[in-house]
Amino acid sequence: MIALLLRDLRLSFRAGGGFGLGLAFFLLVAVLVPLGVGPEGGTLAKIAPGILWVGALLACLLSLDRIFALDFEDGSLDLLATAPLPLEGAVAVKAAAHWLVTGLPLTLASPVLGLLLFLPERGYLWLVVSLAIGTPALSIIGAFGAALTVGLKRGGLLLGLLVLPLYVPTLIFGAEVVKRGAAGMEIGTPLAMLAAITAGATALLPFAAAAALRINLR
Amino acid sequence: MSIWEYANPKKFMQTSAWALPGLIVLTVVCMAVGLVWGFFFTPDDYKQGSTVKIIYLHVPAAMMAINAWAMMLVTSLIWVVRRHHVSALAAKAAAPIGLTFTLIALATGALWGQPMWGTWWAWDPRLTSFLVLCLFYLGYIALWKAIENPDTAADLTAVLCVVGSVFALLSRYAVNFWNQGLHQGASLSLDKEENVSDVFWQPLVICIAGFVLLFVTLVLVRTRTEIRARRLAALLSRERLA
Repeated sequence: MIALLLRDLRLSFRAGGGFGLGLAFFLLVAVLVPLGVGPEGGTLAKIAPGILWVGALLACLLSLDRIFALDFEDGSLDLLATAPLPLEGAVAVKAAAHWLVTGLPLTLASPVLGLLLFLPERGYLWLVVSLAIGTPALSIIGAFGAALTVGLKRGGLLLGLLVLPLYVPTLIFGAEVVKRGAAGMEIGTPLAMLAAITAGATALLPFAAAAALRINLR
Repeated sequence: MSIWEYANPKKFMQTSAWALPGLIVLTVVCMAVGLVWGFFFTPDDYKQGSTVKIIYLHVPAAMMAINAWAMMLVTSLIWVVRRHHVSALAAKAAAPIGLTFTLIALATGALWGQPMWGTWWAWDPRLTSFLVLCLFYLGYIALWKAIENPDTAADLTAVLCVVGSVFALLSRYAVNFWNQGLHQGASLSLDKEENVSDVFWQPLVICIAGFVLLFVTLVLVRTRTEIRARRLAALLSRERLA
């Protein structure tokens, strides 16, 4: 599993594209929104939690099809499926690798973008915490979507259509944590729900994703 | 004699051909009686005026939109477990109908909301979760369309349906948490004291029965079409090989 994780990480660093792309996209969203909405601090501060979460979600979506598509094309996915490592484990590892190259950098970069959007000071900690807890769910749900569409020629658009409705609960609770944190309110409930979604998705979705992969490899 | 006999496409075609005429007549009668009674022979509500009558379309459509997804879930599971093709095709046939019911519920709700709430749309939990349900239907249908091999498509959409059900429920409760409701609560429950008045309730029940029958009829017709399309495809490919 560790070997697979390292291999995926190395591939995404060296093959280019995937690693910086999500981060650049996240930055672009944070730059474009003030250009569209106007530079007033009050408005921006109000919508900042939502914009940052939506931006992170879209940036995550951008690189999802890479999770399985390249391995499917060159046949290494078939090898993974026949390897002694259960396919569920391989899916979990690939989702983890995806998180390490998209979710984690997004989380670390988010305070800077919060600055651009005048996020209230109290919100920074909860922005980072909610993204750190929530983005793994985005990766694992996305891995499920990618497993569904791996065999398709033009899966990208369909992948978005399939995955975005599945992101709804994560987005709601994630943005709620930041919103409440920024307003200095109690954040326990949404944070617990967010963590529950991540934990539940991580525990169960690898099975669904592996089932979808087996169907696609048949 | 067990229910699984109807999983045989031939048996299914025979039985559904026998049942359809009766079902169509029943559907038309129920819808006509329910809607005409509801639209022309019920009093106006003291607060909502005649706009209350949209309930006869809105409520049954919304109920069936959810029930159609539940039916798709059951048939998908049957396909996954017992590999009956008719079951998978029934799920495929039900999806566009469910989507249509969802859109009817959203559209009639908007038409009613404009004069009553003063807005076409509100980010109310019920409205939002219906919009999300609509997206789930779209994704499901798009996945069926995108995959060429019918067995692969049936398998993958079944997996999507199961996972989607869980997330649809999650979203339902998440949006509850996210915003307070403008939409009125349930008023047809069997176990509650305060319900909608009998004057409105009686035609409404007939309308609901009509929508259920409409759904069953449409699913049967569409499933028969799917089976015929499958047969046609098989014949064509056999001809090409010969």
